[in-house]
Amino acid sequence: MRETVFQRVFAFVVGWGVAILLFFPIAWMVLTSFKSEVDAITPRLTFTPTLSSYAEVLSRADYLSFALNSVVVSVGGTVLALLFAIPAAYSMAFHPTQRTRGTLLWMLSTKMLPPVGVLVPIYILARDSALLDTRTVLVIMYALANLPIVVWMLFTFYKEVPKDILEAGRMDGARTVSEVWYLLLPLTLPGVASTGLLSLILCWNEAFWSLNLTTSSAAPLTAFIASFSSPQGLFFAKLSAASTMAVAPILVFGWFSQRQLVRGLTFGAVK
Amino acid sequence: MGRRTIAHRIKGGLRAVVATGALLSVGLASGTARAESTITIATVNNGDMVVMQKLSPQFEQLHPDIKLRWVVLEENVLRQRITTDIATKAGQFDVMTVGNYEVPIWAKQGWLEPMDKLPASYGVDDILKPVREGLTYNGKLYGLPFYAESAMTYYRTDLFEKAGIKMPEAPTYEQIRGFADKLTDKPNQVYGMCLRGKPGWGENMAFVTSLVNAEGGQWFNAQWKPEIDTPEWRNAITYYTDILKSDGPPGATSNGFNENLALFASGHCGMWIDATVAGGLLFDKKTSSVADKVGFAPMPTGSFKGAPTWLWSWNLSIPTSSKQQEAARTFVAWATSKDYIELVAKENGWVAVPPGTRQSTYDNPAYKQAAPFAAFVQQAISVANSTGQTKAPRPYEGAQFVAIPEFQGIGTQVGQTIAGTLSGQSTVEQGLKTAQAATERTMRQAGYPKK
Repeated sequence: MRETVFQRVFAFVVGWGVAILLFFPIAWMVLTSFKSEVDAITPRLTFTPTLSSYAEVLSRADYLSFALNSVVVSVGGTVLALLFAIPAAYSMAFHPTQRTRGTLLWMLSTKMLPPVGVLVPIYILARDSALLDTRTVLVIMYALANLPIVVWMLFTFYKEVPKDILEAGRMDGARTVSEVWYLLLPLTLPGVASTGLLSLILCWNEAFWSLNLTTSSAAPLTAFIASFSSPQGLFFAKLSAASTMAVAPILVFGWFSQRQLVRGLTFGAVK
Repeated sequence: MGRRTIAHRIKGGLRAVVATGALLSVGLASGTARAESTITIATVNNGDMVVMQKLSPQFEQLHPDIKLRWVVLEENVLRQRITTDIATKAGQFDVMTVGNYEVPIWAKQGWLEPMDKLPASYGVDDILKPVREGLTYNGKLYGLPFYAESAMTYYRTDLFEKAGIKMPEAPTYEQIRGFADKLTDKPNQVYGMCLRGKPGWGENMAFVTSLVNAEGGQWFNAQWKPEIDTPEWRNAITYYTDILKSDGPPGATSNGFNENLALFASGHCGMWIDATVAGGLLFDKKTSSVADKVGFAPMPTGSFKGAPTWLWSWNLSIPTSSKQQEAARTFVAWATSKDYIELVAKENGWVAVPPGTRQSTYDNPAYKQAAPFAAFVQQAISVANSTGQTKAPRPYEGAQFVAIPEFQGIGTQVGQTIAGTLSGQSTVEQGLKTAQAATERTMRQAGYPKK
């Protein structure tokens, strides 16, 4: 079946339209970060670019320590979530029981509770285990918060793998661990990679727990951004500069891993 | 062959995971290490606090045994963050920036340390009396003010001149309405009156509460019964919605303090009634395009003269859960002292000193010259009357708020209803009925009237 001209033009217009729409706020933020505070409150496109907001932001906060915290907690949370999710998704995909479906739905239902509902209990738990303002508590929270999504994604990827392959491995004497390690993981590597990437991005952007459970030593970039929003005075340019600096690493990272991400997300879509 | 390469790749991946784990544990170790005399300060991100953070190395030089760590957050985030901490007594903070709304409530809960044992040189009596009274519970101070504000009327002198009108020394709300009609020039995007419309107990309800007080109304009568569905509220809200609908900027329900500041600073407002802190910002050529055309007048008065108007202060308090109380006290005394104000004046000029706290600041000729609005601010604070009475006796304190813990919720809920009448979703009549019913319900659930 060949595309008609209309279909191609339509795809072009819609594709670019959506892309520009999604990218506009980010572009506007970057643009605003180079404006002076007075220019920033007007929607003008012509202005004298200045780096003063960046200088101000850098002089007021230690960007690198926030960024390092973000990297450590995002990677840590993702690795921890994957360590638990890979065996969990394996057992649910290949050795389902009557309760597997229910368990999967129950896991997802934990995401339906607003996090603030459990803020005080979690805060007290963290306080009593002396984990407030440590990276450990964020790693644990991020792993737990992303676990349902990570398990679900891995589960759908694993479902695509024919059971016969794993059976053949077992006939050759593979045990469960080597079955997962030598057969399942290599076969679903794009899926696992894209799950990891998604989890990484979710961790990076998570703002509720990172603001509430840290003060300064373990505060990641979300806390860095929050400190530039102000109840009085003009702050759009400084806030934009801080936000640009906070999203830049993950944006560059996402750009480089775009292929894996798309491949993973469409994995198994076409047989 | 294929299997081997894949196995290699996985091994490489495993190494990366182990390396990350190692990195992580190094990070964890450094994250928990803490020196003995480090105090953590939680604060809002307003101009005066940013200046304090920048000048704080001078404190560390004076007190080499005390190190400062700053947690700067937006007002609402900060409020949630420190409330969680203080209510669970987790002790993550040694100094907190707390509003005068919370200080007496938290002091009553036993969450704050009393601010006694201050050195004589500190001069507690130099702190402006209305501000000091707002921070006192059972005869003791529970916070030291860093900055305080009331409200006043800002207007554009050039537009007044063009319209051939003159701002009286003590305007009334009725006069203001007449001026607003004359100033409004919608084709040129000039709006006679800008007011807060964004729902929230500290946003639109701050102005609305003050307006209701001026019209002789109140939130609760002496028996704690809500008094919202009353003629006084009806007058006030009718005035508020009428003036904003005919002379206000479009989309007023999304305008809070910052949005109105931006509108006024870029020349779109003829008048604006809001916090006195805007004076310094509008008067500053760096942040305002109308810096040489700003006029100042007191807050307008309504049918009931001498009603509580507006008083807000940001204060430094020490939670009882702090483990570094001595060091924290030393810091708070430094940051709210006369010497600190002089330090700011020396570094950034007198116009930049934190306003509203000390009589000595207002007695200083250099300050009076640098900040022509200073006299208005001092006058506004002295008549704010936050502990005084409304037309009918009231059982609570607070000027533009009600100093009870339930008010955050009630104020925000009623604020949403008022914003609904402003945007035309309901009439004033319906809105006030809804607000009255909701407030009665909340107060009943909270167990009022209390003995």
